[in-house]
Amino acid sequence: MIQSLFDGILVGAILSLGAIGLTMIMHILRFANFSHAELLSIGAYSALAFDGLLQALVPALAQKFPALSLTVSLLIAIVLAMAMTGLSAIAIDRLVFRRLRENAGPLTMVFASFGVALIVRNVIGLIFGLRAQHYGSDIAFAILVSADPFLLIKPDQLFVLGVTLVLMLALHLTLSRTPFGFALRAVSENPVLAQVNGINLNRMIRMTWIIGGAIAAVAGILYALNNQLSPVMGRDLTLSLFAAAIVGGIGSIYGAVLGGFLVGLASSLALLVVPAGYNPAIPFLIILVTLYLRPNGLFGEAR
Amino acid sequence: MIGVISYLVFFFTIALILSITVLGLNLQWGYTGLFNGGVVAFFAAGAYGLILLGGPDRAGEFGGFGLPYPVALAGGIVLAGLLAWLVALASTRLRHDYLAIATFGVAIAVESFARNAEYLTGGAKGLRGFQRPLEALVGSNFGYSLLFLSIVLVALVSVYWTLETVVRSPFGRLLRAMREDEVAARSLGKSPARVRLQSFVLGAMIMGLSGGLYATFYAFISPQDIAPILTFQIWAMLIVGGSGNNKGAILGTLIVWGGWVGSGWLLTEIVPRHLQIYAGSIQYILIGLIIVLTLLARPKGLLPEELAISKLADASRETLDREPAD
Repeated sequence: MIQSLFDGILVGAILSLGAIGLTMIMHILRFANFSHAELLSIGAYSALAFDGLLQALVPALAQKFPALSLTVSLLIAIVLAMAMTGLSAIAIDRLVFRRLRENAGPLTMVFASFGVALIVRNVIGLIFGLRAQHYGSDIAFAILVSADPFLLIKPDQLFVLGVTLVLMLALHLTLSRTPFGFALRAVSENPVLAQVNGINLNRMIRMTWIIGGAIAAVAGILYALNNQLSPVMGRDLTLSLFAAAIVGGIGSIYGAVLGGFLVGLASSLALLVVPAGYNPAIPFLIILVTLYLRPNGLFGEAR
Repeated sequence: MIGVISYLVFFFTIALILSITVLGLNLQWGYTGLFNGGVVAFFAAGAYGLILLGGPDRAGEFGGFGLPYPVALAGGIVLAGLLAWLVALASTRLRHDYLAIATFGVAIAVESFARNAEYLTGGAKGLRGFQRPLEALVGSNFGYSLLFLSIVLVALVSVYWTLETVVRSPFGRLLRAMREDEVAARSLGKSPARVRLQSFVLGAMIMGLSGGLYATFYAFISPQDIAPILTFQIWAMLIVGGSGNNKGAILGTLIVWGGWVGSGWLLTEIVPRHLQIYAGSIQYILIGLIIVLTLLARPKGLLPEELAISKLADASRETLDREPAD
């Protein structure tokens, strides 16, 4: 039970990070982006590539942090992957979504996002191979925290939780304390009025993609640290991310965080009662219940 | 020669069955503007429903009632409709992309159900041993293939005719009116949520029919047949042919299915054996590219929607040229 709660919080932390970018895009650009989870894959695989590159260039970077399976090179690779994923998000927007935004409706963007997801997922498979991979070849050993109640924790998992908290705090401070944060919130409340007040809408959209993409990259890397890298990881996470965003209320970043933890905990606790094979369906049930009972989510506003 | 003909019969049987699903999607997306992110779920409901109701008895497990074929087929169609109703009722009142998310979710739920609920769906092994209708009356395999192709053709023509009647009826005008300007439709006293629900459920039942025919043809259904890629293929077919045009939907199906089968054959010929596992990825990328590029470059497809304008409105025809829906 305690173990399930811990696992649920861990999965929830990763889903929260992924859902933040998704809910921001759904709010500001007003379309459900089915390719958002592919940004997690792009992030995870860019980190794999940068990690390998750095270790090849400077072998000393393969040094590990005490107790963690994390290497210095991977830590640097995370930062590079964040930038890479943010830029990829902007590139995809330039190539596809911006053109459709100008000439077609939001549902056409939803449609296109399915196609984008299919392309990205399979290009990653072609480049990196279809097999599951890990960042290091070593097995990270878990520490028995307590035998009764049973609780096993890997040091890497504490690292995952720590990074998530730091990132969320940084985002919270940015949105609530800086002029940029005010501008972003203004745009999501009322794009026209925000522009009247001299806020550059296109710049804000770019920033949203960069921030959403960078956070998604971290989520993808943490997911890969906790599980493994696989070209279909985005496909497997898409529904959970939407569930988190919908439960929290579209557009609410704090809602997405809470929604992520709720979905993570629900999926993890469901394993205690429902056979594991049904686990992919849990987010769907959460979405359905939310839409029936509280369609605007916990913190969302009616639109 | 007989080999080529029997292959063509096989090709057209599958293509025409799929085109029925594309027609169902055309009603939802083309005419009503509803995004169905889980086409395969309703296809699967029709297929599994048919075999559960009409299949042979399964010792100790649920299903296999051996009902007459038409009853079993209708049961599968109703099951697809019920599933659509459950999902659409929750989301047609809300933000338009919620339906996309909910249907995407239902497809995942149906797939995990098909894989795991062995007492009902046979799990990964699927359900086999279905007795195809009239098969005992026809001696040769080839003869039955021809007969089945004509059954599919009859089904396709009936669906086509029904849909053409529907979209030309006042109901069809209402669907287009709502797609173009929901506020205006509402101001005329129409209930968009209810009409959307009806259109979505009808479209899903057509997909259920298509799934039922598919399962009949193979006398077998398993999770392999309801992979998520089917949803993408169906969209590609609709968008290439031209959404909002039933002839386009059928044309698009033949082109995209031909391209899919052809590219699959080509890839097995030219890709070295040890790289064959990547052939699927390449085909998936092609489907993704078809969707994205068509939306960007030719959103109306090969056969664009025909505008239905009253003869009395001749004078204003110029101004009625459709703007993209906002």
